[in-house]
Amino acid sequence: MKEILKQGELSIEKSRPGRRGVRFAAVRRPAGDYLPGSCLRTQEPNLPELSEFDTVRHFTRLSQLNYSLDAQFYPLGSCTMKYNPKAYDTLSVLPSFASAHPFAPQIAVQGTLQILYELQELLKKITGLAAFTLQPAAGAHGELTGILTVRAYHDAHGNANRTEVIVPDTAHGTNPATANMAGYSVINIKSAADGCVDKEALQAALSEKTAAVMLTVPNTVGLFEKDIREIADMVHKAGALLYMDGANFNALIGLAKPADFGVDVMHLNLHKTFAAPHGGGGPGSGPVGAAAHVAPYLPKPIVTLENGVYTLHDTHESLGKMKAFYGNIAVCLRGYCYLRQFDGETLKTIAENAILNANYVRAKLKGKFNAFFDCPCMHECVLSINPAEMNGVHTTDVAKRLLDYGFYAPTIYFPLIVPEAMMVEPTETESKATLDAFVAALEAIYEEIQTDPQLVKGAPHTQCVNRIDEVSAARQPNLRW
Amino acid sequence: MFTPQTEQDKQEMLQALGVSSVKDLLTISPDLLYPALDLPNALTEQELAAHMQELASKNKPLKNFIGAGCYEHFIPAAVPALSSRGEFLTAYTPYQAEASQGTLQTIYEFQSAICALFDMDVATASHYDGATAMTEAALACHRITNRTEIIISSHLHPHYKEVLKTYTQHLGLTIKEAKSTPAGTLDVEALKAQLSDQTACVVLPNPNFLGYLEEVDTISQITHESGALLVAVVNPISLGVLKTPGAYGADFAVAEGQCLGNPMSFGGPGLGIMTAKKAYVRQLPGRIVGIAKDHDGRRAFVLTLQAREQHIRREKASSNICSNEAICALNAVIYLTLLGPKGLQEVAELNVERAHQLADKISQVKGFEVETKSPFFNEFVVVCPIPAGQVIEKLAQKGIGAGYNLNRADKTKHNRLLVCATEMRSEKDIQAYVDALGEI
Amino acid sequence: MYNEENCRFAKTHEWAYKEGDVAVVGISNHAQEEISDIVFVDLPKVGTQAVAGKNCCVIESVKSASEIYAPVSGEIVEVNEALNADPALVNREPHAGGWLFKIKMTNPAEFDALLDVNAYKATIQK
Repeated sequence: MKEILKQGELSIEKSRPGRRGVRFAAVRRPAGDYLPGSCLRTQEPNLPELSEFDTVRHFTRLSQLNYSLDAQFYPLGSCTMKYNPKAYDTLSVLPSFASAHPFAPQIAVQGTLQILYELQELLKKITGLAAFTLQPAAGAHGELTGILTVRAYHDAHGNANRTEVIVPDTAHGTNPATANMAGYSVINIKSAADGCVDKEALQAALSEKTAAVMLTVPNTVGLFEKDIREIADMVHKAGALLYMDGANFNALIGLAKPADFGVDVMHLNLHKTFAAPHGGGGPGSGPVGAAAHVAPYLPKPIVTLENGVYTLHDTHESLGKMKAFYGNIAVCLRGYCYLRQFDGETLKTIAENAILNANYVRAKLKGKFNAFFDCPCMHECVLSINPAEMNGVHTTDVAKRLLDYGFYAPTIYFPLIVPEAMMVEPTETESKATLDAFVAALEAIYEEIQTDPQLVKGAPHTQCVNRIDEVSAARQPNLRW
Repeated sequence: MFTPQTEQDKQEMLQALGVSSVKDLLTISPDLLYPALDLPNALTEQELAAHMQELASKNKPLKNFIGAGCYEHFIPAAVPALSSRGEFLTAYTPYQAEASQGTLQTIYEFQSAICALFDMDVATASHYDGATAMTEAALACHRITNRTEIIISSHLHPHYKEVLKTYTQHLGLTIKEAKSTPAGTLDVEALKAQLSDQTACVVLPNPNFLGYLEEVDTISQITHESGALLVAVVNPISLGVLKTPGAYGADFAVAEGQCLGNPMSFGGPGLGIMTAKKAYVRQLPGRIVGIAKDHDGRRAFVLTLQAREQHIRREKASSNICSNEAICALNAVIYLTLLGPKGLQEVAELNVERAHQLADKISQVKGFEVETKSPFFNEFVVVCPIPAGQVIEKLAQKGIGAGYNLNRADKTKHNRLLVCATEMRSEKDIQAYVDALGEI
Repeated sequence: MYNEENCRFAKTHEWAYKEGDVAVVGISNHAQEEISDIVFVDLPKVGTQAVAGKNCCVIESVKSASEIYAPVSGEIVEVNEALNADPALVNREPHAGGWLFKIKMTNPAEFDALLDVNAYKATIQK
């Protein structure tokens, strides 16, 4: 089947002069009659000329070259690739939602505003925090929003001398990059041998210069920070705020509230925990919540309810705006749908099942792919192979070989503190049968490493292309037609 | 049920783990566990659909003459039909390239189509929206020139101004507004005086927020003469007819790409478009796809130049961006593929014509004046005989979105309305709008 | 010409070769092996001041970005433009054509304090 596809043929290469996909009504007069020639474009853009059918076939075929969650298991650690219910695909783009203009009179968008208000309220209940903004467009954007909120709080409290943000070495790269973007210096601290925060290192790093400590909970090795309350006390005693990266909140939803940990500011990922699809990279949504003392500094506006009318409200202490308009609303609508389908009891079951699935994979692979930290994990486990048994094979080869078995690869080489790391997050929506098949695939690959390592090193063998030469792509970049 | 494990599955799994209950796996301290959650009752899918329909009915659809950075355009059916395919929608960021060639090729084609439309050398896979793309471009100019001052047009979108300010306030940068002439365009002579050896870049929206077209060539020239860089903020649809940022020498050109096949959705998700001259490719934030070869020499696509990004550089990265707006970019590239060069020109010309028809008719309504005297694309300023807020209210009662109240951007102005007509407004709609104004 | 024997080394894997008051700087063979396929060298600007022990250049592979520290202090007087077209030169000839930049030294004592090849090799065998 794939043989009749011309590999990698671009739409521009299929272009035939004169072909059309869409026509518009004829104008009475050309643009040159309304506008001076000096304003006008002189050359047509080099865009493909295709019929609608050509276009449909082109993009449909391209879609078939993708792995996707709908078709395959995606055990990507820290990415929470859970099923995205189909109902939300249509309910989030009902015509009157999709056609709402951000500057429409507020009486004309009460439905949308009500959903945004209720979503803020639901997120407050789940986290225990005092306020939420839905403005950030992604997790990293949420982090920046959160850290700038911290900064606005400190500025308002005369703490301009606080110029440092402490980040553990297990953090996602976005955490230190975020602190840097906010104009802070980054202080990295090492983790303890058990994979959690090294409290001595933290204490040593905390000072009157510390603005915030950024913690991912559960952390990126899949462990809950067991001393989170004590850590929060240390941070607060130093006059700093505790920021929680909530990218992994799927393991906690319904089980525990970040406000009870002592968290001051946090972000959530609607495209992870709240079942919005990842879309091959986005759009996401990264709402940021804050405890009462920090809440006034969140971006403006937030949605309020006054006398039965939902209103976009600006607070004057607000740090400002993080993007044009109000957020990735269509994604927020999906998050709202998700939360309305489950009550507190079910959310708890969801987190418990996510934890059960991760631990099951960890236990089943023991002896071949061992967990780096040999203890119960939360929603994900970090595995690695004993280098002595690798026969020259690397984790990246195992990842590529998994594609041949019909599975996407786990997150690899992260967290950085684990050599040859493979981070597996099954999520709660995968069945035991899928997990068993995945475990069997990894066991088979383990055997291949012992008996035929070249087979693994040469993987993948079944995709539309085989191993790609990334080095020459980066040395001689070809970034457009 | 959302979780597929049966009771039997669970028992088998717990057995494999050697524990009797999931609780035995939990490492959260017991005093933090199982907080009371007072959530509404769970809805079935059917109930949820009815609930969402009911909420949707609380939105009041308007014949929309509002623009101001978010535009209603025709979206061919093939756009959502293709982009909503699960193979695109439920894929992750294409880190395993061999299993992600579909997404990767669409991004490469998006970058290419945008470069062609903008006449620029390189484009990224996407940014959050126009405002954040513009801000990141200005920050790149600061890094490239090692200068600390950013000059923006005073008629830059007010939200874009605020985002720029929020992002840069702690980075030791100064933002200055270039003066405008009373006619509403950038004052070139004043800009000349404002430019200095500390100017990193000039941020030039064209059309500007009021819809006016700027003297782009002159502004580009004097900007470059001072050693500063030019960041153009453009409307992609307008480039079907208007001079391209590449043609007037922009170093970076950014845009809100929502207008290319994406619904307005109350302002988000948008599509941040980020392009640059080739020399600045390594200063671009976010993902970029390039062509590569596989080991058999076949053409393949891959995320490239990744060493710029946060997952490698961590605190040394120039941006923290990770997730982007891939599906919106996919909508845009499908839209551009369907329209092609001719369709894009047609839709742009229709915008010009409908907006000019509307302006012409409004200027004949007693008491209303079209303030815009210089060239504009699809948006212009109307001076009303009563506060603009009242016009908006009265027209909303007739199902018309009258425009953007310029009082929101400039508190000293009360009677000015920013009005937009795209190809979506028929000649009949335009007549209805003018009639409604006449009845005020 | 510079080679392993006549260069001095920093513990952070840069080598320096003395030409009068100018130090030619590159990275050791060990360092280029560790980085593997180099795809880009972000060279410093001529005229900037390098400070011994401080980052002044970045070398990128597909999966990494490695900071290069100035082994001695002084002004950058020349950079190896050939690396813009062919960054792999650093992999092929780390001690010859793959040099990175030249520093006009302000404190020659810094050069004398660098390790000789045997002392450097002892540090990487640890």
